[in-house]
Amino acid sequence: MGKAMKAFRGGIAAPHNKHTENCATEAMGVPARIIIPMVQHIGAPCAPLVQKGDRVTVGQKIGDNDAFISSPIHASASGTVADVRPILYAGGVEVVSVEIETDGAQETCPDIRPPATDRESLIKAIRESGIVGLGGAGFPTAVKLSPPADKKIDILVLNGAECEPYITSDYREMMENPGGIIEGARIIMELAKIPRALIGIEANKPEAIRLLTDTVKDDPAIDVVTLRTRYPQGGEKQLIYATTGRRVPAGGLPSDIGVLVQNTTTASFIAGFVKTGMPLIKKKVTVDGSAMATPKNVEVLIGTPLKDVFEFCGGFREEPVKIIMGGPMMGVAQFSLDNTVIKQTNALLALGAREVALKPEIVCIKCGRCVSACPMGLLPLYLNACMERGLFERMADDYHVSDCIECGCCSYVCPSARRLVQSIRYGKAELRKLAAKKK
Amino acid sequence: MELKTGILIAGSSPHLRSDATARRIMLDVLIALVPATAAAVYFFGVRAALVIAVTTAASVLAEFVSNKIMKKPITIGDLSAAVTGLLLAFNLPPGIPLWVAAIGGVFAIVVAKQLFGGLGMNFINPALAARAFLMASWPVFMTTWTTPMVDAVSSATPLAIIKSAEAAGATPPSIAQLFLGNVAGCLGETSALAILVGAAYLVVRRVITLETPLAFIGTVAAMTWVLGGKGLFSGDVPYHLFAGGLMLGAFFMATDYPTSPITWKGKIIFGVGCGLLTSVIRLYGGYPEGVCYSILLMNLAVPIIDKFTVPKSFGGA
Ligand code: SF4
Ligand code: SF4
Repeated sequence: MGKAMKAFRGGIAAPHNKHTENCATEAMGVPARIIIPMVQHIGAPCAPLVQKGDRVTVGQKIGDNDAFISSPIHASASGTVADVRPILYAGGVEVVSVEIETDGAQETCPDIRPPATDRESLIKAIRESGIVGLGGAGFPTAVKLSPPADKKIDILVLNGAECEPYITSDYREMMENPGGIIEGARIIMELAKIPRALIGIEANKPEAIRLLTDTVKDDPAIDVVTLRTRYPQGGEKQLIYATTGRRVPAGGLPSDIGVLVQNTTTASFIAGFVKTGMPLIKKKVTVDGSAMATPKNVEVLIGTPLKDVFEFCGGFREEPVKIIMGGPMMGVAQFSLDNTVIKQTNALLALGAREVALKPEIVCIKCGRCVSACPMGLLPLYLNACMERGLFERMADDYHVSDCIECGCCSYVCPSARRLVQSIRYGKAELRKLAAKKK
Repeated sequence: MELKTGILIAGSSPHLRSDATARRIMLDVLIALVPATAAAVYFFGVRAALVIAVTTAASVLAEFVSNKIMKKPITIGDLSAAVTGLLLAFNLPPGIPLWVAAIGGVFAIVVAKQLFGGLGMNFINPALAARAFLMASWPVFMTTWTTPMVDAVSSATPLAIIKSAEAAGATPPSIAQLFLGNVAGCLGETSALAILVGAAYLVVRRVITLETPLAFIGTVAAMTWVLGGKGLFSGDVPYHLFAGGLMLGAFFMATDYPTSPITWKGKIIFGVGCGLLTSVIRLYGGYPEGVCYSILLMNLAVPIIDKFTVPKSFGGA
């Protein structure tokens, strides 16, 4: 077991709220209806491959795109395609979605078989498996496994930090499938020709650290690194710094400094996929929040409507006013329980009014707390001030807005409840518009 | 099962917020000023309590009236006006006529704070601005000092004693007296001990950080040691540290949020600047005390300091 190399500056001691850490994952049944959006990743959207009335089986590919940066989408249940139509999702985007009326038989697609394991076919197969970064960003894994030839990768970092409050789905994966995670790590190491792997886990998960350390004790190439428990320890740049002591250059990528990062759950998926050939059709999801009757970890079919998941967990004990997909620091608030679980969903939180009670927003008192909390060394108060005065270019030129990872630390600590992250996102969007105009 | 939700709030992440509020921070400052307040009343009696009551009441009232006139939400609840009033009292001599003290409170809030847009928008420290204003308008009232524990005997402050020939013959008080506060001076300037206890509380509560105060005090210590004596390297450092308003200024005035820099680098530059100016005024200027003016001058430099101390991003070149 290794010690963290470095401690990043800033960050916050967020509440842990890991109520579900000892809740073993329960598999949820097949819901009556499943709705699968054609964008569940960073990159080109998929085009649906099925039509209304088609019969589909478990694992059948129902959406794809030939673009390099994209990831195919599969049916998670057998049944009949009830509709293919655009649906409005959180964030105000309409995405074409395939609605499946399930038959409960869960008949497996006849094409499913373990992939060939030579390097080229396996990378291709991994692309076909639909796996994307499961830590939340959703970047297609296969793309990361084929870095440009001029980038020499020498360390694989597996992200087991799980620093967001509430979420324990990765923790459960580490507890329930440690062998799979390590096997996945070895496959990735072999595919990308990486000699060494480090698994970063926050110190508040001693059981997982012990279990994984034990699993790799005979493998000198893989080490478990205990990380300081501090949000956002699982942020890619913070994680790399803590485990390897290397800094990703501003505006750069981990591959620039020879590092490849994968989520622990992504690794264990790959191990399972190599054995069975079953694409990504289900997820471990932590269901929690002050409004939940019985918080749980649930294995959910991708495309399951949120309301079915909440019902499976005993419903609400008070009326939630916020439904969040993901963690409370970076997750996305949902406006409808009809939205569905997607590939990157690792938590569903139902928060009651008390928990999200908004402090009134008042003027910035220049207390500097946002500055000390920012793990990227930015000055959120001035980003906010520039945004309010419409000085978008200054946000970029003087205050490095593009380095913001939107971790939310600044807004979290602000005594004046300034909407710092919100204004930064807005500023980034305006800058993108300006850049598009210039072209 | 029927799932009932309230009206679902969309809204940007993060969805949790710490319980810190501006009011709580100001309350912490008030709490931190309790020891100094107690010391002032102990050494200067009821008179000190009266001055404190008057400046605080005048500041809060002035804030209330300005809010009303400008048709803005009433902001006295954030307690910042009370903090300004209290800090102003600490910068006044105990014998000051109460009406002058009241004018000071009104000036601090109306001119130095509200005219610039209120909380967070002012760029000079309101309490110090008011002190400077009173000093310019009623210099006699502002420099008539009383000996603690004895009513209405005029006296000289320790810094004035070591500085000026006028007070020749008077013996400066001992360091112990200075530290405890049994000396002539402004209300909050006398007891270094009381100030330090309050400052420790602010540090523990993370309301202030130590960059500015340490840079400030360290610079004064170095400057007065090197240049403050008859020859080089012979200055009476403890005297300069504990006499006058240095402790109050360094921990409570130079750390004022809107009027001090935002980054640790900036804070150090600011503290060193305050220290240099204070030492120069004390050693070579016309006044025995320079803390107030040096902080005010450095307040003006804050926008420039902030502009040139924008940190590199993590991983930035
Ligand atoms: S934390 Fe809030 S009040 Fe404090 S400086 Fe930052 S934006 Fe201003
Ligand atoms: S400015 Fe960006 S990176 Fe810095 S704390 Fe705020 S959200 Fe995080």
